[in-house]
Amino acid sequence: MSIIFNSSIGKKLIMSLAGLFLIAFLPVHLGINLCLILYDTREVFNKAAHFMSNNLIIKVIEIFLFAGLILHIFYGIYLQIQNWMARPVRYKIENYSQTSFFSKFMIHTAAIIAVFLVIHLSNFYFKSKIFGEVPIVIYDGKAYHDLGILVIEKFKIPGFVWFYIGCFLFLAFHLLHGFHSAFQTLGLDHKVYTPVIKSLGWLYTLLVSVGFILIPIYIYFLV
Amino acid sequence: MEKINTKIPKGPLEEKWAHYKATQKLVNPANKRKLDIIVVGTGLAGASAAASLGELGFNVKVFCYQDSPRRAHSIAAQGGINAAKNYTNDGDSVYRLFYDTIKGGDYRSRESNVYRLAEVSGSIIDQCVAQGVPFARDYGGLLENRSFGGAQVSRTFYARGQTGQQLLLGAYGAMMRQINKGTVALYIRMEMLDIVIIDGKARGIVTRNLLTGNIERHFGHAVVLATGGYGRAFFLSTMAMGSNGSAIWQAYKKGAYFANPSFVQIHPTCIPVHGDYQSKLTLMSESLRNDGRIWVPKKKEDAEAIRNRIKSHRDIPESERDYYLERRYPAFGNLVPRDVASRAAKERCDAGYGVGSGLAVYLDFSDAVKRLGIDTIRERYGNLFQMYDKLVDEDPYQNPMMIYPAIHYCMGGLWVDYELMTTIPGLYSIGECNFSDHGANRLGASALMQGLADGYFILPYTIQNYLADDILTPKIPLEHHAFEMAEKSVKEKITKMMQIRGKTSVDTIHRKFGLLLWETAGMERNRQDLEKTIQEFKALKEEFWSDIRIPGNDHELNPELEKAGRVADFIEIGALMVRDALSREESCGGHFRTEYQTEDGEAMRNDNDFMHVAVWECRGPDHEPALHEESLSYENIKIQTRDYKH
Amino acid sequence: MDFILKIWRQQDSQAKGKFETYQVTGISPDCSFLEMLDILNNRLIDRFEKPICYDHDCREGICGSCGLYINGRPHGPDSAITTCQLHMRRFRDGDTIIVEPWRAKPFPVIKDLVVDRSAFDEIIMAGGYISVHTGSAPEANTIAVPKVKAEISMDAAACIGCGACVAACKNASAMLFVASKISQLAVLPQGIVEAKERVRKMVARMDELGFGNCTNTGACEAECPKGISLTHIARLNREYFAAKLL
Repeated sequence: MSIIFNSSIGKKLIMSLAGLFLIAFLPVHLGINLCLILYDTREVFNKAAHFMSNNLIIKVIEIFLFAGLILHIFYGIYLQIQNWMARPVRYKIENYSQTSFFSKFMIHTAAIIAVFLVIHLSNFYFKSKIFGEVPIVIYDGKAYHDLGILVIEKFKIPGFVWFYIGCFLFLAFHLLHGFHSAFQTLGLDHKVYTPVIKSLGWLYTLLVSVGFILIPIYIYFLV
Repeated sequence: MEKINTKIPKGPLEEKWAHYKATQKLVNPANKRKLDIIVVGTGLAGASAAASLGELGFNVKVFCYQDSPRRAHSIAAQGGINAAKNYTNDGDSVYRLFYDTIKGGDYRSRESNVYRLAEVSGSIIDQCVAQGVPFARDYGGLLENRSFGGAQVSRTFYARGQTGQQLLLGAYGAMMRQINKGTVALYIRMEMLDIVIIDGKARGIVTRNLLTGNIERHFGHAVVLATGGYGRAFFLSTMAMGSNGSAIWQAYKKGAYFANPSFVQIHPTCIPVHGDYQSKLTLMSESLRNDGRIWVPKKKEDAEAIRNRIKSHRDIPESERDYYLERRYPAFGNLVPRDVASRAAKERCDAGYGVGSGLAVYLDFSDAVKRLGIDTIRERYGNLFQMYDKLVDEDPYQNPMMIYPAIHYCMGGLWVDYELMTTIPGLYSIGECNFSDHGANRLGASALMQGLADGYFILPYTIQNYLADDILTPKIPLEHHAFEMAEKSVKEKITKMMQIRGKTSVDTIHRKFGLLLWETAGMERNRQDLEKTIQEFKALKEEFWSDIRIPGNDHELNPELEKAGRVADFIEIGALMVRDALSREESCGGHFRTEYQTEDGEAMRNDNDFMHVAVWECRGPDHEPALHEESLSYENIKIQTRDYKH
Repeated sequence: MDFILKIWRQQDSQAKGKFETYQVTGISPDCSFLEMLDILNNRLIDRFEKPICYDHDCREGICGSCGLYINGRPHGPDSAITTCQLHMRRFRDGDTIIVEPWRAKPFPVIKDLVVDRSAFDEIIMAGGYISVHTGSAPEANTIAVPKVKAEISMDAAACIGCGACVAACKNASAMLFVASKISQLAVLPQGIVEAKERVRKMVARMDELGFGNCTNTGACEAECPKGISLTHIARLNREYFAAKLL
């Protein structure tokens, strides 16, 4: 069991499991964010955010989430370096083979997503967790972090909106290959189900990226 | 003459092999470890022998000129492998396989060897299945068979159109397993250039490392040659570009006798020649003749119109098509043996009925598609059809294929006795490079059978009968005088070739020589042309040794040098082929002398004077080779004229 | 037809190689790619120049010797063929054709377009077989193999070991090669006995040899001359997990 992670296939197992975990997390995040534009008040969003940061179970999951993220990043980089080393002399002309387009740029899209994550986390997550710079709002006599106002303030800046839209497009590119690739790595391949998984991957990518992109646009124009 | 001792065991035919095994000498396991065996070649015969000998515990050294043992040309065999399993309940038996092989070989092969081949054929299938060879299966999960030329039963096992590949990879896997265990040592990109004889026994080889050019010496208590056929002498053939006769030719020059050199097989279903730049011919499996029907137009005008592209095959109605094999040979139809099918195609084309360039006939699947449906045809021949499409740029599901005969296999080879030993003690020859089993013509799907029979089930026994007397022989140091002399002569030959620095590339001479050989010693031979050719070969040999140009040097990867060494030998082999063809004044199997044919163009055998193996002995560069005869007697089979009409 | 060829020339494994440009003229469209190189080589020999070295043997697409990286694709612009089956009619008159050797750390260049693929033999050596001693096999028809399984096994077994999968993969991964052998033997009842041992050893050897990691891009499948599918890689993954975790 321990040695499995020394092998190429073992490392990819981690990549795929961590990736799927992150894939499972995205809709949850999206659901909470959508509260901000589906309701007239920020109350539902702020309460949901509060629940997410205080519930014990969620907190445990959060640890796993960060662990998954770190593993995904660490092994992604590690495998990529190995892959570069496997071809020390490059071709003069390459990549003319007919392959899935997005699979060729996983490390590049990943790098952009990583930059995004740093900015995103320091704007919202770390502000509330570490620096405590978030305004307080009172609902039903109880104090909550008004994360909602933080989000709305940011999304009134046009550059920020563009930045978010761009990053989610890259996330979409990453997911378009990553989703079904994770299943292939797990060995879950089937004459009938594999095409279904591929379609699900497209559907998922579409919903998640469109959902996330809608939020800054909606806030910029309509809030 | 005393050297031709066949060592056929006494007793009834069916008991010879069992009796031999029961009474032969064996080597005990502790002694096996002390004995070195050299195997040259890693095709079906070489790989299976190396694996089996390694399993037994001998120290085996195996050599191939390719970059991996898996590339040996056995891999290109498509159709299948025969075995007398009688799974189809159509009356097959060891005797019938034996009978068909002898008859197919036109009564020019040795009864005892062929019977043994038929006897072990079943074990080969067992062995290969256990190795994981994915043979075709029926819906019940059991093995499927198909029929092949020259037989009235279905006894051919197959793995799509890649049977040779699958069997070779099975043997290769078994050998790699032994290499992993350390019983077999592998030497890749090494070409054997000479054999070392010490006190009359084969004791080693001299090789050239094709990457560095280093000449190396290797000792073995016995040497096994499994180097395949010499058909590339014809330049255009279905053999691999590197296939050569150099190993057996060095053996011949050092005293091993060469049997029936002129017996080469012309395969009827190859893709026709299309240009003078062409480097090789591609075979389309004989299995295609199961469902394909061969025809040319009945009228010469139609054939001419097709050649001039005025008409196409579609313009020829059914009634105007001449299915000449079905017409001439009603009993076997399109499944007549290869030599018969080839000659019939040549006869039609020479008479002016050929299509395409004029040297081609149709192999038509339209009836089979109608009868079986396109899916069945695709399942049976899909990869062959795809290959044809890629090479010729024409879809064989829509149009008939065009085919023409081409050089394919050498029935002739080093003379071996019942134990597969040549006339040099300790030197063995297995697979295509010996002569033993196929007589004057080989049946389809029998080459794979013979290669594996020799390597898995025959040589590992018979070699022990020899080595049992050698257990006290210590390894001979590589400094021995005989090794030194062999290395010196190899180096001299290389230096001589490098220093010619003439004007002509090796390929140019090879092409010229090959065409000449094809024209005089190909499908048809006659005295006049053969005699003339002997003189022309002398001139070509002269030209080779005075005018070839090899760029580069001899201590680097230098394919031109490799080719030169092989072609030098081909020219000499060709001369012996012609000499042999000249001396055999009859027509039999693949050897067709125009002087000896019946009125309707069938081969006329002469059993009174030529029911023998022609065995040639080299007597040095200054003397003509001597001809010996191994007379053949058939005690268990009635000798008939081969008849595929009734 | 006329072509401009830019071909990688490298004297030996240590030397620094470079591209040389050659003009070839008067080539028939029915000429195969290797025959075109033969013609070029003959012209080089006429000028007493060293001919271009490349591996080739059977010239009918089965031995796996030939392998050239032509215009950015292993075995050139056609699909499901080897280099020796590529014909010049697939190019346009006057095309510039760039020819490179396979590039991968475990496939070092030996000379010009010749590379060392012994790494594949080493992987097979580690366990790419069923251990059966000559003579010890049971009667062939005692083992029934469902037709479907036999067909899957044959699909995988079609691998010719040419290395196009490694050459095409942006990671120089040998997963398709390994998967084809694993898959061939894992679906057959005969192969199940050793299945775990086999996959462990072969994958370990593959990793040691320095091949890259599979990222499921599918370039191998697209360039495999025998059309071996990614399905077999999924099976390899499954087999590996089963061997390691169960």
